[in-house]
Amino acid sequence: MKRFALISIPYLWLLALFLVPFLIVLKISLSDTELAIPPYTPTLDIAQGWAGVREWWAGLDMENFVWLTEDDLYWKAYLSSLKIAIISTLLTLMVGYPIAYGMTRAPDEWRPTLMMLIILPFWTSFLIRVYSWKAILSNEGLLNQLLIGIGLIDEPLVILNTNIAVYIGIVYTYLPFMVLPIYAALERLDESLLEAAEDLGCSRFTAFWLVTFPLSKQGVIAGSFLVFIPAMGEYVIPALLGGSKTLMIGKVLFEEFFANRDWPVASAVAVVLLLILIIPIVLFQRNEEKQREAGK
Amino acid sequence: MKTSMLKLGTALALVATAATAEEVRVYNWSDYIDEDLLAKFEADTGIELIYDVFDSNEVLETKMLAGGSGYDVVVPTASFMERQITAGVFQPLDQSKLSNAGNIWDVITQRTAQFDPDNAYSVNYMWGTTGLGVNVGKVTEALGEDAPIDSLALIFDPENMEKLAGCGVHFLDAPDEVIPAALKYLGEDPNSKDPEVIARAEEVLAPVAPFIQKFHSSEYINALANGEICVAFGWSGDVLQARDRADEAENGVEIAYNAPKEGALMWFDQMAVPADAPNAEGAHKFINFILDAQNMAAASNYVYYANGNKASQEFLEEDVIGDPAIYPSAEAMENLYVKGAYPSKVQRVATRLWTKIKSGT
Repeated sequence: MKRFALISIPYLWLLALFLVPFLIVLKISLSDTELAIPPYTPTLDIAQGWAGVREWWAGLDMENFVWLTEDDLYWKAYLSSLKIAIISTLLTLMVGYPIAYGMTRAPDEWRPTLMMLIILPFWTSFLIRVYSWKAILSNEGLLNQLLIGIGLIDEPLVILNTNIAVYIGIVYTYLPFMVLPIYAALERLDESLLEAAEDLGCSRFTAFWLVTFPLSKQGVIAGSFLVFIPAMGEYVIPALLGGSKTLMIGKVLFEEFFANRDWPVASAVAVVLLLILIIPIVLFQRNEEKQREAGK
Repeated sequence: MKTSMLKLGTALALVATAATAEEVRVYNWSDYIDEDLLAKFEADTGIELIYDVFDSNEVLETKMLAGGSGYDVVVPTASFMERQITAGVFQPLDQSKLSNAGNIWDVITQRTAQFDPDNAYSVNYMWGTTGLGVNVGKVTEALGEDAPIDSLALIFDPENMEKLAGCGVHFLDAPDEVIPAALKYLGEDPNSKDPEVIARAEEVLAPVAPFIQKFHSSEYINALANGEICVAFGWSGDVLQARDRADEAENGVEIAYNAPKEGALMWFDQMAVPADAPNAEGAHKFINFILDAQNMAAASNYVYYANGNKASQEFLEEDVIGDPAIYPSAEAMENLYVKGAYPSKVQRVATRLWTKIKSGT
């Protein structure tokens, strides 16, 4: 009985915070728009019992999903989001890994301070932090003033309202999510393994590559997921820092929801986004489990 | 809406001096009131006022259609309001609670009646036109002395736009306002709801799109005032606020607003009470407070928008009532057009066209 309770807690969690919201969105994605409050037809009438369900099933069509295939805007936006998410995940990894590595190499008494520095930005609102990047990156912004001031450039660099600004925003915002899991993995690393590697003739670099990096792999993977998944559906950063040409699925979703008032199509976009995210994650986890079992 | 949703997060919560249980929640456009009036309302009525702002009709409409917004007074544009009334978003106003209703200006109510029959659900807050805000110095520099600053050719002729791109052009991120202007420039009916006619707006907008730095519905006020951009296709009063800010900053920037001579869109922002307003009684008190001639005049004097309040006109400052950019002459009013709401299917066509213009996809 105790065991059952223990197992059921994570499943209840998943049910309440993932499955139920998902089913609500799925239900809206299968309805039609209407000028009313809320602006879609209540297709499934549970109050009518079985007859209601049957009626809903008979009238069910996938027109909102079919619509997504008929306009190239949607798959272009999915692909563009995918590209931005992958590139920013790699960039975050490139910046975050050395930081995490440096933290584990730092003297013990420094670590709490360094950890604090990573966490400190969270004390300021996310929105304000992203907004302040506008002041840094704009044509009259701090960065351009500095570069012009020291004579490096004559004309201001146009960074704000481009994809570069979006990458900067994502890397900046999600950096702690990359650093912390990698730090956790590296901290557990047994130093004697590195000593053994060097005793056996490895250069420091080879030892890093053959010993440290593989042992921090779990941290790298966890960090990458924590960056990639929110970056894929990101709306705020491209809306504030990106230009009108920055195409991302989050912006398309916003347009469907706000400009077209088409909740069903907006929901269909969200369902497809979720599938795009969840299928590779599930496949990856299966693969991991297989490897772990094989390792045993 | 670009984003729209974000800067409007600047929610202004005013703490009443007298702590009372009663509160009124108002949701209005950004940069659209003299904030002294908010304190005055609290002092006069003892009601705590919670004042939030937005900068796009789309955001407001989505909140309204979701229901349960918690607001007591909202200020949609009349064309959007038309279909919101159909959707059952609002409750009819109780005229008996609006003792200042006699102040309203029939010239405006005649026009708003086509969106809100008999003005049963709303009272006009302010109205204005959509047109051309220019930094006179920079535009003359780019296009010469005879720059067409009062013509849509300024922003729809690719040759002009190519030259203006260097000093920066912003457009409203509002397809419902830019598409009609493009149709007007083509000589089509700006109020057309025919998808084929609307599609023709692309002929005008696509060639100039590469020269537009940003589509945004509130950033241009500061950008014009600082001299960061030289042209904005925006709302009359917002451009005039930019003019005012530039004057105050004494930064040498001279801003002018012109309603395009080809014809300009005239719009009306209406105060209305959501059907599910928690405090409809307080909402009427707020509307009645704004309807007071001196209060309404104070708001217009501050934001440079004309209002629908006849009695307020004697309290308006000369640079408001006397400025044809704010109160056009009767003759100039003839050249203004109004636009109704798009039906859902047509709205989709307009939004899609807008996305294509903005993103190239």
